Amino acid sequence: MPILRRNRKIFTEVFKYIFAFIILIGTLAPFLWLIISSISPEKELLAKPLQWIPSRHTFQRYVSIFTESENNKAAYVFRQAMGNSIKVALSVVVISLISGTIAAYSFARLKFRFKNKIIMVFLFTYMIPPVAIIIALFTILNELNLIDTLLGLTILYSSFTTPFVVWIMKGYMQSIPGDLEDAARIDGCSRLKALTRVILPLALPGLIATGILVFLLSWEEFFYALIFTSSVQAKTISVAISEFSGRHAVDYGMIATGGVLATLPPVILTLFFQRYIISGLTAGGVKG
Amino acid sequence: MRRPLSEENFAFILITPAVIIIFSIVLYPILKTLYMSFFNIDLTNPFSRPFVGLGNYLEILCGPTFWNAMVRTVYFAVVSISMEFILGISIALLLNEDFYGRWLLRSLIIIPWAIPTIVNGSLWRWIFNPQYGALNALLTQIGLIDSYQSWLGSPFLALNMVIVADVWKMTPLVVIMILAGLQTIPHELYESAGVDGANVLKRFFHITLPMLKPTILIVLILRTMETFKVFDIIYIMTSGGPANGTQLITYYTYREAFSYLHLSKGATLAFLISLTILGLSIIYVKALGTKTEY
Repeated sequence: MPILRRNRKIFTEVFKYIFAFIILIGTLAPFLWLIISSISPEKELLAKPLQWIPSRHTFQRYVSIFTESENNKAAYVFRQAMGNSIKVALSVVVISLISGTIAAYSFARLKFRFKNKIIMVFLFTYMIPPVAIIIALFTILNELNLIDTLLGLTILYSSFTTPFVVWIMKGYMQSIPGDLEDAARIDGCSRLKALTRVILPLALPGLIATGILVFLLSWEEFFYALIFTSSVQAKTISVAISEFSGRHAVDYGMIATGGVLATLPPVILTLFFQRYIISGLTAGGVKG
Repeated sequence: MRRPLSEENFAFILITPAVIIIFSIVLYPILKTLYMSFFNIDLTNPFSRPFVGLGNYLEILCGPTFWNAMVRTVYFAVVSISMEFILGISIALLLNEDFYGRWLLRSLIIIPWAIPTIVNGSLWRWIFNPQYGALNALLTQIGLIDSYQSWLGSPFLALNMVIVADVWKMTPLVVIMILAGLQTIPHELYESAGVDGANVLKRFFHITLPMLKPTILIVLILRTMETFKVFDIIYIMTSGGPANGTQLITYYTYREAFSYLHLSKGATLAFLISLTILGLSIIYVKALGTKTEY
């Protein structure tokens, strides 16, 4: 029966490539449509029957977002919002990486009372959805005059990124062999030196992975930003995008352009650092 | 000479910053939410805030709106997570096979996940647009529908279309987790099964699926908890409409507190969500326990 077996093998091979092709189209087509929409002339986007490939392309929308200032409020707000998002995301990365990593080290390596109970509390806080605390946070930030400020947002974002860092970095720290640290301690290193000179350099891949994931989490956060920011000085890119879609309901090309610009940083980071990101995700965390 | 720090004190110093952050921004607000839920704080009437005890809980748990939102949330969770698993496991199995261009597909598959949720929502709203949308154009051009449809225009259809958008974004995550799980299955298991003459389906149900069980369990619980975070995509695609058809529990809470300004009712809903998450977290920890046993 070798012919039958060979036929079956060919069939599986063909099936594999057809399936792979469908997956490729299904993954890329919606995103490609966003890019095409951003460079198509408005008239062709609204044509019936729809032209899938535009007859000519225009980068005018991208140019206008980055150059127009006083007379185009939407473009100005978008640029400011992009800057705000970068500032908040970078601050959150620094705060939560530092506070989260030293806590993760202590959970992974040191013995102390109530350790397991405290770890459970951290896990629970990571699971809590923002909606469960947002009303109380609103009254608290209101009293502290932190509403509509970048500082307020940074503090809020650190609340869900810090437990995330603790959870992932704890796993990384546990995978570093303990002998190295013991050797450093015997050689006369203090605990702090053993942490900064031995453990942290070894945990660097984990730190990079976690840092990128925290950046992505902050970059795409929307709920807190929607409730807590309203002025150009504080609103983030996701809020700007939602306003784009709401206010300029007719200008689909411009909505698509904003969408592409907000998507480029996370997509480029993800493709570039893919190996790190996958190791971080599978180490026990999940982006929402 | 200074006495070296004891291990326990060093540990407490190291966890202090993180503990301060989560106590002040997460745990204290949960308690404050609980406290607020016992009063009647209504920003449309800011000068009276009477104590009502469990009144808010009774009002919410006895009314239909909460349960309708809960049923929609459960529907959303069940349908989106099953689709993500069916697609995710099939794609992961494919990506675990050898074929030309596998590395390319493995890198590109992650793209939908990297797109911010708010952009994803606005992208799919554009695709589903009743007058100019790509879905209408595509289905008309290949002859599947005669006239343009309003995909987000009726309550139940809109809920399912939002699920499509969510599944498109989140399936890559399931693929990545399952693929990582597949790579830990020892190859010898399949080889000996091949010698025993087990066919593809048998190998899948008797080796692959049981070996993936811990991974599946963890992804399942995490994705279930994340259904309580679904907000952005609803806000941008349907704003909870039409006729509250896409109003999941998170959106309902948001609306109660920030559209109608019924802070206490919102706080009551929020605390009910916290309790649900606490329950799910306990299940998650138990599941993690079985994973380490494996």
